[in-house]
Amino acid sequence: MYLLCTVGSVYIKSKEAPAKDILKDLVEMCRGIQHPLRGLFLRSYLSQVSRDKLPDLGSEYEGDAETVSDAVEFVLQNFTEMNKLWVRMQHQGPAREKEKREKERSELRDLVGKNLHVLSQIEGVDLDMYRETVLTRVLEQVVNCKDEIAQCYLMDCIIQVFPDEYHLQTLETLLGAFPQLQPSVDIKTVLSRLMDRLSNYAASSAEVLPEFFQVEAFAKLSNAIGKVIEAQDDMPVIGVVTLYSSLLTFTLQVHPDRLDFVDQILGACVTKLSGKGKLEDSKSRKQVVALLSAPLQKYNDIDIALKLSNYPHVMEYLDNGTKKEMASVIIQSIMKNKTLISNSEKVEALFELIKGLIKDLEGNLQSELDEEDFHEEQNSVARLIQMLHNDDPEEMLKIICTVKKHILAGGPKRLPFTVPPLIFNALKLIRRLQNRDENVAEEDTAATPKKIFQILNQIIEALSSVPVPEVAMRLYLQCAEAADDSDLEPVAYEFFTQAYLLYEEEISDSKAQVTAIHLIIGTLQRMHVFGVENRDTLTHKATGYSAKLLKKPDQCRAVYACSHLFWVDDQDSIKDGERVLLCLKRALRIANAAQQMANATRGSGGSVALFIEILNKYLYFFEKGVTQITVASVQSLIELITNEMQGENATPDPTADAFFASTLRFIQFQKDKGGAVGEKYEAIKV
Amino acid sequence: MVLVLAIGDLHVPYRAPDLPAKFKSMLVPGKIQHIICTGNLCIKEVHDYLKNLCPSLHITRGEYDEDAQYPETKTLTIGQFKLGLCHGHQVVPWGDLDSLAMLQRQLDVDILVTGHTHQFKAYKHEAGVVINPGSATGAYSSITYDVNPSFVLMDIDGLRVVVYVYELIDGEVKVDKIDFKKTGTATSHSAH
Repeated sequence: MYLLCTVGSVYIKSKEAPAKDILKDLVEMCRGIQHPLRGLFLRSYLSQVSRDKLPDLGSEYEGDAETVSDAVEFVLQNFTEMNKLWVRMQHQGPAREKEKREKERSELRDLVGKNLHVLSQIEGVDLDMYRETVLTRVLEQVVNCKDEIAQCYLMDCIIQVFPDEYHLQTLETLLGAFPQLQPSVDIKTVLSRLMDRLSNYAASSAEVLPEFFQVEAFAKLSNAIGKVIEAQDDMPVIGVVTLYSSLLTFTLQVHPDRLDFVDQILGACVTKLSGKGKLEDSKSRKQVVALLSAPLQKYNDIDIALKLSNYPHVMEYLDNGTKKEMASVIIQSIMKNKTLISNSEKVEALFELIKGLIKDLEGNLQSELDEEDFHEEQNSVARLIQMLHNDDPEEMLKIICTVKKHILAGGPKRLPFTVPPLIFNALKLIRRLQNRDENVAEEDTAATPKKIFQILNQIIEALSSVPVPEVAMRLYLQCAEAADDSDLEPVAYEFFTQAYLLYEEEISDSKAQVTAIHLIIGTLQRMHVFGVENRDTLTHKATGYSAKLLKKPDQCRAVYACSHLFWVDDQDSIKDGERVLLCLKRALRIANAAQQMANATRGSGGSVALFIEILNKYLYFFEKGVTQITVASVQSLIELITNEMQGENATPDPTADAFFASTLRFIQFQKDKGGAVGEKYEAIKV
Repeated sequence: MVLVLAIGDLHVPYRAPDLPAKFKSMLVPGKIQHIICTGNLCIKEVHDYLKNLCPSLHITRGEYDEDAQYPETKTLTIGQFKLGLCHGHQVVPWGDLDSLAMLQRQLDVDILVTGHTHQFKAYKHEAGVVINPGSATGAYSSITYDVNPSFVLMDIDGLRVVVYVYELIDGEVKVDKIDFKKTGTATSHSAH
């Protein structure tokens, strides 16, 4: 038979007889070989040898009586027969060797597929011929052979081999075949591949897009998928999700403006997922995450995702771990695109989506997350809070209240991360309100600094449940300063009270106390809204705390820092030289005591550093013109230090030496300045 | 010529989400020899980012820093200059030049770098220079209204240091520079 084929092809070449007749004869004669394997190879040879001799358009074998249809007919017949042989292989031999047979078959499949390839190469096969003849016949064969392996391979082959335009135009026919296939065929993979190809086709150029609209591709695909899923009742979840994923990619590519399509897909997904409970296997979960991430990546704008009503419903089917993963994906998308979320409804929707990060979900009593991961998670929420903004104060306040509601349900572990960013966001709002025109603020608005301070108070109070007194104290002091800027004396006083209470009752670590007291002094020093009484009370308390710090050097430093509470440059009412001097003298006494203690316990003098620091403070106030700081007092201090440093018990201290030296240099420097400053310093002898 | 980046008060993530994109694209690893950071990063992620920019990283503790182990003050010598570093919340009144001068004398340094006020400052004071690189993210500050993101790059060359300040104003990066020269124990300056 091989010889016959060879002879036949030469005969065609010689053109002594019409090609179509010879081809027809050959293809019929091959029927003689019914053995599947041999038949397949024979026909394959026939196909190969006749390839360039087909009466195609423009080929030398074309004639009046011989046309493309003949060529097509030939190939189709060959194909049909080959397929039959191929399928027959499945049923030959004992059942136990089925696997071996199937393996063999899969190795041979290209032989059958080649025919389709040849068909696609025939120039004369245009869209119409494809639609009318080729596709119909091929599909007929595919469906009728009722063989799973053949159907799967051949459907795929059709999709890969013929151009995308053809597929678009014959979409209905093509899709119509799917429900007729054997139930065991992996339709979802084939369908997905089809959709992927079409997506790529759409991406290749904008000009092809109208074609898609014209053939209503989306509707057809969507229906087809629906039918397939319905027909295959027991399709695993991952199959369903993969199908919808591919459809979604397709839609995002072809109809990016049709959010309703996107939502429809998500909705269909939800319908199919309902009744199945939460997704169990990781592959499905990954696929759902990919499904949900696709709109985020496409639109780069969280607003759009928030508009998809079915988006949160899909998320419901994820287990808690995956929900959190998805939430992180969402936050990352927002941070990457730097989108600001600008109204409270969107914030509400967004926080619903990411609720896995905001609070403990049911069933998740013990978080398995390790500490570092948890911190990272919460830090990303903190960053997110910075992205919520609206220029309109009313709306901004609504946003703040929405966030407050959510984070207060977060539990003690999360509050230290979520409260500070919210507070600072609110403080920024208050500052914007201050800049606003006074008249505008008069109207009956909800957003006034006072109201916001009340809310801030509530939020910071929540931190006591954690507890993190140091953070809370810092936040109270920040609010106090903001209240000061807003001229709200009672509010500022209240914040200071809260801060002080925390200091007294909760902050017991020595190092923490030192930092805390400096923050208190620094803040208080800047306040200008307090009346005499309030200021006195707060100052008195602050100096008291300072003197009670554990370590003497810390006491000394805090006390001399307090001296600044009694002299503020830009406030004439706070210029009390007497109290300044008292503070400095008190600091000196403490420094003395520290020296004596060092002598007693270590046998040698402690460092004179404290004295030098106090000397510098003396010089500070001296230069400011505080009359109680006399030249004499400065002079005696200088002498004291000099004596200490030269005394027998002195421990060499290069740092202190350098400090003293630079202080003396400073005094000289000031003298050299001349003028009023120079005169002042003139009297000091170094 | 030694490039030293002075940066601080980023307050990530509690007051700002991240460094401005324009700053991030300018700060590339391998170009800077030292980083001195005034503090208030606040989280490890920022520390790692800075460390990646330059392994010679010096940080002092800000009152919101997550890592409580950073020192309160630090001194280092680069070339002919002695630099001092401190966050600044410890120096009362905050931002007061004379009080900062005292710290400078105490640490006995030519250049004192502090932060806390979130406002860029650079000037000569007695025998030294005081620099505040501001807040690299433009974070909220109770002390300064309208904070523009800023950082400082110092070019130390022999007895001369050129201080470049980078400020992000209305979306554009503006650069200014100030020259300081160290003569014996005193430094003189000229501003551009």
